[in-house]
Amino acid sequence: MSHSVSRLGGHGRRAGRQDTAEEAPLIRWLLIGVALLFVCAFLLVPLVIVFSSAFADGLDAYLDALADDETLSAVRLTLLAAGIAVPLNLVFGVTSAWLLSKYEFPGKSALVTLIDLPFSVSPVIAGLIFVLLFGAQGWFGSLLSAWDVRIIFAVPGIVLATTFITFPLVTREVLAVMQAQGSDEEEAALTLGATGWQILWRVTLPKVKWGVIYGVILCNARAMGEFGAVSVVSGHIRGETNTLPLHVEVLYGEYAFVGAFAVSSLLALLAIVTLVLKQWVEWRAERRTADLATGAAPPTVARTVPAG
Amino acid sequence: MSVRVTGLIKRFGSRREVLAVDAVSFQAPAHGITSLLGPSGSGKSTVLRLVAGLEALDGGAVEIHGHDVTATPVRERQVGFVFQNYALFDHMTVSENVGFGLSVRRADPRVIRERVEELLELVQLADYRNRLPTQLSGGQRQRVALARALAPNPRVLLLDEPFGALDTQVRLELREWLHRFHEQTQVTTLLVTHDQEEALELSEHVVLLRGGRVEQAGRPADLYENPANAFVASFLGGAKVLTGSVHRGRAELRGGFAAEFSAQALAAPGHGLVDGAAVEAYVRPHDVQLERLGAGPNLGPVGRVERLVRVGGHAKVSVLLRDGDLISVQMPHHELEERAIDLGDEVVVRLRHVKVAPRHDYVI
Repeated sequence: MSHSVSRLGGHGRRAGRQDTAEEAPLIRWLLIGVALLFVCAFLLVPLVIVFSSAFADGLDAYLDALADDETLSAVRLTLLAAGIAVPLNLVFGVTSAWLLSKYEFPGKSALVTLIDLPFSVSPVIAGLIFVLLFGAQGWFGSLLSAWDVRIIFAVPGIVLATTFITFPLVTREVLAVMQAQGSDEEEAALTLGATGWQILWRVTLPKVKWGVIYGVILCNARAMGEFGAVSVVSGHIRGETNTLPLHVEVLYGEYAFVGAFAVSSLLALLAIVTLVLKQWVEWRAERRTADLATGAAPPTVARTVPAG
Repeated sequence: MSVRVTGLIKRFGSRREVLAVDAVSFQAPAHGITSLLGPSGSGKSTVLRLVAGLEALDGGAVEIHGHDVTATPVRERQVGFVFQNYALFDHMTVSENVGFGLSVRRADPRVIRERVEELLELVQLADYRNRLPTQLSGGQRQRVALARALAPNPRVLLLDEPFGALDTQVRLELREWLHRFHEQTQVTTLLVTHDQEEALELSEHVVLLRGGRVEQAGRPADLYENPANAFVASFLGGAKVLTGSVHRGRAELRGGFAAEFSAQALAAPGHGLVDGAAVEAYVRPHDVQLERLGAGPNLGPVGRVERLVRVGGHAKVSVLLRDGDLISVQMPHHELEERAIDLGDEVVVRLRHVKVAPRHDYVI
């Protein structure tokens, strides 16, 4: 599983539309046809298959599969992991973005690089790191077993791995917005007598609100969908350490296709909801940008899309 | 009661190798507008930020109304700062923006409301109190920024190129408006600008900076009439500098010009205008007169009209002198017509009013 970060600007899209309008009609339709075919084959068909397989034995079988105790426990664990990882990364992300955009200090560029580490390392390796640290044979293994604390093959390990994997998402989004906006407004607030805390709550956070929301949406989607790292630390104990993606694999391995696809459909729905939310946030942020177009330095929400 | 800075020093760069402000000292009179004027890179904005405390000093001291505030943090300095790009809070209404300075100091909401209304009246934006900054024009935003800076009753108002981002029409209106506004409020004001007209019109005291140093400070008329050096003369009023030397009690200048000394210049002790001394003359475009060659007595060097542009009621003329030097002339358009001077004509160039000073080794 690899991760790539792609950035798309709104301007690029607009310019592209203009260019195609100048192409010959045949080439235009050919290009659109190829693009549509590609979208169908790689995005739409799989989505249709997920839902059609889930409902293959009818609605009752689908609902039964979802109401299964182990499935419900997987849902609970996934919600728990995301529920802890997302707020942690929200606080960390906003703090670090603020630190990185407002202050100059030695080692700053090294820190920026380090924040991207979870993106650049394979999730399986990320999981292994935690096994090597907290596993029975790991660095802190004997200490943890002496205190009777289980991290690996238990819920804390899953939360840790999820937090690690989703670590850069909020930081990157908020940092991009903060850097685009500069710190004039903060300086203005300072001359008006505001304290650092007041500036953060009343000036900085409202300014980067859409970047934060966008980062949280991406972070949440990734936290709920993460497989590799969680798989390594989970141990696949049914009803205890199975998250939704892991549970899909277990069910599929047992030829329980309706169950596997029913659970998959939940994750697919999550993806759709995420996309709709993401679109809405972009629309809001762009509208704000359009409003500011007459003013100085319009802020932009850079789009960071983790793939894989 | 004033702002006094002494020996301000500011260095930038990773090894602090760029000296942006180099021992700047001046005093801004209380209740007046003092302009910090200079070309870009002269350090004028940095000086303003040092006075506000937005940059850390590398040396020197800042005194506001007799109190040394060098060690006082920004938020306790009680300065009102207006940024070039307004820096309004876009998510707050006009009222909330203006009230911000009072509300962070936890003032009584009723007091805030009254003060906000008072200021909105003053900047003539009372009808816009519930708008967002993004719904205002550039000039209106600038006035909100001004009201916001003044709301907490600052001891000094600092304006950083306040009209820099506006088009000429709005700029001239706001300049007029700021003048009247200041008459009403009487807040001690420091104004950073690169526009000499703005500085000369608005302020009662001008500090002209170049390369992080003060070139000359004083009343606008003093700087204009008695420039301390060639830079001041050319920056204020676009004077051309003609070098020359003193011969038999008068200055003989490059290009064949000659100038008599004023009684005032000769009365000054140690004026240095003795025979053989190197001098320089500052010639402003409107202090040059042109005559058609042969239309009268030939009283000056001859040149050819190279370029002629009409700007409003005035004409800007470039004359190429025989020695290859160009001299700019500005004269009323009707005078040009009366004398029937046109592009390509041979003309006699006469200096009406020249300021001559002993030459310094200044490089422009």
